[in-house]
Amino acid sequence: MIDKRVKDADEAVRDIPDNAILMLGGFGLCGIPENCIGALLKKGVKGLTCISNNAGVDDFGIGLLLKTRQVKKMISSYVGENAEFERQLLSAELEVELIPQGTLAERVRAGGAGIPAFFTPAGVGTEVAEGKETRSFDGKVYLMESWLRSDFSLVKAWKGDTSGNLIFRGTARNFNPMMATAGTITIAEVEELVPVGQLNPNEIHTPGIFVHRIFQGKNYEKRIEQKTITK
Amino acid sequence: MLDKIGIAKRIAQEVKDGMYINLGIGIPTLVANYIPAKINVVLQSENGLLGIGPFPKENEVDPDLINAGKQTITMMPGSALFSSAESFGMIRSGKVDLTILGAMEVSEEGDIANWKVPGKMVKGMGGAMDLVASAKHIIVAMQHCSKEGASKLLKKCTLPITGLRCVKRIVSDMAVIDVVPGVGFKLLERAPGISIEQIKNATEGKLLIESEVPEMKIA
Repeated sequence: MIDKRVKDADEAVRDIPDNAILMLGGFGLCGIPENCIGALLKKGVKGLTCISNNAGVDDFGIGLLLKTRQVKKMISSYVGENAEFERQLLSAELEVELIPQGTLAERVRAGGAGIPAFFTPAGVGTEVAEGKETRSFDGKVYLMESWLRSDFSLVKAWKGDTSGNLIFRGTARNFNPMMATAGTITIAEVEELVPVGQLNPNEIHTPGIFVHRIFQGKNYEKRIEQKTITK
Repeated sequence: MLDKIGIAKRIAQEVKDGMYINLGIGIPTLVANYIPAKINVVLQSENGLLGIGPFPKENEVDPDLINAGKQTITMMPGSALFSSAESFGMIRSGKVDLTILGAMEVSEEGDIANWKVPGKMVKGMGGAMDLVASAKHIIVAMQHCSKEGASKLLKKCTLPITGLRCVKRIVSDMAVIDVVPGVGFKLLERAPGISIEQIKNATEGKLLIESEVPEMKIA
């Protein structure tokens, strides 16, 4: 099998240039590529466009890259948890494109599936529809939305093998599988990297063909945004 | 007037055995606490889970397991996990039987506004536009009037729209109301101690009152 291992996050992101279009997996802080975000901070690349459902919090996730002004544009569905984000948005230092969550998921899926556009009912009659083509199917109006693709997709999985096959855990799956398919270069960081043959092919979520680089991440914090417990 | 718990309890009565349900953030999330134990339903979380369970005990907290409000949760026996693309696939294709969500305004045509207030920080629509555009049945949990006393059940929404002609039923702190396309708001029930006159005064959109309007029964 093809060996896609790289040493660590620094090596994985080595050639991400300024102004790159990135996809970052995760929902809230769940299933985000913590190690790659750390490596981007260290590398100091600027002018990034980040396609990610959320923008992290002030001191974790994509919020860290916002703080260092490395992000030029966010393409997200919900960005509410970040004061620095709000400040940059209101002062026009940061560009933001808000997309309905299901449309975002499907645009990324379409990007990885070779489908340049599709029609969805989400956003019909709203400001999301402004300037977009609509068409009626079986008496209901739908909006045309186009695919999204990235220069680099940064995804986080639970387990992976050296040929790039991935398995996700819990709701940390979220946007990761689609983003893995939509990257020109897809970088996967995993909690446990195993030799080929160790993962059950029946249980693979993302086939290795979509993954170009893989490494075992370290020091996962997995911060929780809203800890709610039953006493 | 009903409090938030009262609204949640009344909406719980709308839940039928065998339903797949998506609960929005806020009052809708509370509905889960008042669904009778004999009724079997499956709760969907749009980030990618069918079968939301109760909040975890301290020693069960798992950062890889959260709901759409980013709260830590557990899974019921028989749960299924999937990607957000598949999740919205089941939403758009009408597999989710009931969507319960909050609103800032609803129009007499069933239009809903709940994602953006001009002049305030815009956080985003999340999954709300996808949910309202596709759900078979939408129940809105809301306050009938603003803090200043202005009606939120309007002829036309004044805030940016989330979806057109989609709301079927409203449970407010004052009333249970159906949205009848081409007709307006049809008053079904009054909150305990609230008169028809009070509901009329609190409803800007066209209010249809057909007959006796019973008081809600809330345990």
